[in-house]
Amino acid sequence: MSNSERPNQLFRNLNAKVASIPMILTALVVFVGGTAWTVLYSFTNSKLLPRLNFVGVDQYYRLWATPRWLVSIENLLIYGIISLVFSLVIGFILAALLDQKIRFEDTFRTIFLYPFALSFIVTGLVWQWLLNPDFGIQRVVRDLGWTSFSFDPLYNSSIVIYGISIAALWQGTGLIMCLMLAGLRGIDEDIWKAARVDGIPMWKTYLFIIIPMMRPVFITTLVIIAAGIVKVYDLVVAQTSGGPGIASEVPAKYVYDYMFFAQNLGQGFAASTMMLLSVVIVIVPWAYLEFGGKKRG
Amino acid sequence: MRYRFLTAAFAAFAATVALNFAGPAAATDLEVTHWWTSGGEAAAVAELAKAFDATGNHWVDGAIAGSGGTARPIMISRITGGDPMGATQFNHGRQAEELVQAGLMRDLTDIATKGKWTEVVRPKSLLDSCTIDGKIYCVPVNIHSWQWLWLSNEAFQKAGVPMPKDWNEFVAAAPALEKAGIIPLAVGGQPWQASGAFDVLLAAVGGTDAFLKVYKEKDAKFAGGPEIAKVFKAADDARKMAKNTNVQDWNQATNLVITGKAGGQIMGDWAQGEFQVAGKTAGKDYTCLPGLGLNEVIATGGDAFYFPLLKDADKSKAQEVLAETLLDPKTQVAFNLKKGSLPVRGDVDLNAANDCMKKGIAILAKGAVIPWTDQLLSQDSQKQKEDLFSEFFAKPDMSLEEAQKRFADIIASAD
Repeated sequence: MSNSERPNQLFRNLNAKVASIPMILTALVVFVGGTAWTVLYSFTNSKLLPRLNFVGVDQYYRLWATPRWLVSIENLLIYGIISLVFSLVIGFILAALLDQKIRFEDTFRTIFLYPFALSFIVTGLVWQWLLNPDFGIQRVVRDLGWTSFSFDPLYNSSIVIYGISIAALWQGTGLIMCLMLAGLRGIDEDIWKAARVDGIPMWKTYLFIIIPMMRPVFITTLVIIAAGIVKVYDLVVAQTSGGPGIASEVPAKYVYDYMFFAQNLGQGFAASTMMLLSVVIVIVPWAYLEFGGKKRG
Repeated sequence: MRYRFLTAAFAAFAATVALNFAGPAAATDLEVTHWWTSGGEAAAVAELAKAFDATGNHWVDGAIAGSGGTARPIMISRITGGDPMGATQFNHGRQAEELVQAGLMRDLTDIATKGKWTEVVRPKSLLDSCTIDGKIYCVPVNIHSWQWLWLSNEAFQKAGVPMPKDWNEFVAAAPALEKAGIIPLAVGGQPWQASGAFDVLLAAVGGTDAFLKVYKEKDAKFAGGPEIAKVFKAADDARKMAKNTNVQDWNQATNLVITGKAGGQIMGDWAQGEFQVAGKTAGKDYTCLPGLGLNEVIATGGDAFYFPLLKDADKSKAQEVLAETLLDPKTQVAFNLKKGSLPVRGDVDLNAANDCMKKGIAILAKGAVIPWTDQLLSQDSQKQKEDLFSEFFAKPDMSLEEAQKRFADIIASAD
């Protein structure tokens, strides 16, 4: 009974701790438990129903020998780079433009943010029509007189993933713009004044003063974009269903198709474990540097 | 005032409850899930619903749009997830195999013995596909064969070439069709269409023996050999002829043939329902070539209804009624005429059938039947095959050797 101090520590803020129990349980059971279960069963030959019949790394071996999986990974990389770079750049530029104390700022902000209110399925369908050569942009331009004009990214295997990225950018950039705008508004007015007194041109102020100051906003944005990239699925389903052929397949769709359509849970689990692994490889060192460093500093 | 209101509310509530109790005794609601959503299919399924409602029960339609590929995962997760429907469509064969093995499906052997299914259902292989370990688990409702080439008479007239009598003549006519601005062959973007078209070519160009050697015996060496290379050559022709098809769904592709924008389509006999809904006449507006005119066989794939094991006694009873209704001669005729498929009973009158269906019935009567891939291959192998052929059809620069090698690999690992 000498350490009567410790229970006090444990029961401090008791209400808050009790209140967070459901969330802790959810995290442990659903997230951690579900993940462990999936990884475990990825080493089995489960078909339609999960069965503990271990086959070692056979599922992984098959996965990496499947052309469709390799295409999916390649597409995810292209899509990832495009949406990361362009949504950051376009989002920031739009935000910087809106930040110039222009008129009708609210109107523009609403217009740019509006696509974000649509689901990926709706976005995908809209762009499927727009990019359809018989009804969309190509048709309109041809009707205007340029009869040799050709723009059908969704029907061309080699560029279809770019067609999908266009829709993703259209949908997602508005949100990034808003986050950036909030970040810009958080910058003290005096810093601008000081920069102006020193005669630093505006673009230099943005590049060397404002952006470094907006580091936390950029990190939040990065996490949001990255999560959106790995889980992309519905946009592809709505726009191309992975076609033409398998040219626009993505990993999440592989997982779904093999788990449910091919009735091969083991294969689907192996693919989803690979997705998890790729996220872990990227996130863990970064989170360690980012948050671990902050505590020390 | 409030008191009076409460009484009224209670009375109303009691009345509703009474009605609810009275309801099930008269008619049991049975939810039936299926993926029949195109025009012709919906008309056919309405016949089943009508017949079932006439027995005093109530058919709750659970149509799932987007073809079997979308629908089956939903159905399976409802059954495995503990929310089973009253009855559900599958293609008979191996799609529901594991559900049956896991004891989630109802054993229909008693009803089958009572209704003498083994005597009336023809060909016998249909019921075999429903049988696992000597027990019957499904009711076949139709025979669907993939082996059909649908041709648009209008398109060939416009191109000024005579109607082809088989696949080879069709390939030869392709340049003329293209010149007239017509897509020679319509193949939609859904993966199963490409893979199905290849299977049809395999049975037609390669012959019945080759088909069975590849899919039944799973002879990978043969699948990589020179005889199958011929089939890949034909698939290459099909790929070239189909390169301008910009549609996804099979019925959109059929619609290209109906409107004369495409010369033909390799598609199962369910396409016929679309021609009927569009008011077209077989022989006059469109022509059908079973077995692509080369090898007149019919695959005995098709649709069947499976009944999940239910706890509710009323619903279980209604399941029995539905199972009997589905095989009833009158229902069989009404349903299959609308669907464009062949009935599973040999003893029904099909005078109302059109030319194409009669051709099918004649082939069936001759006994020229083969099992279909749904019965021979697992869904896993089917999916790999679909991935391969949808890539093959979409990628003009994929070499025949590479495609055939990958095909042989799939057959080697098939189960």
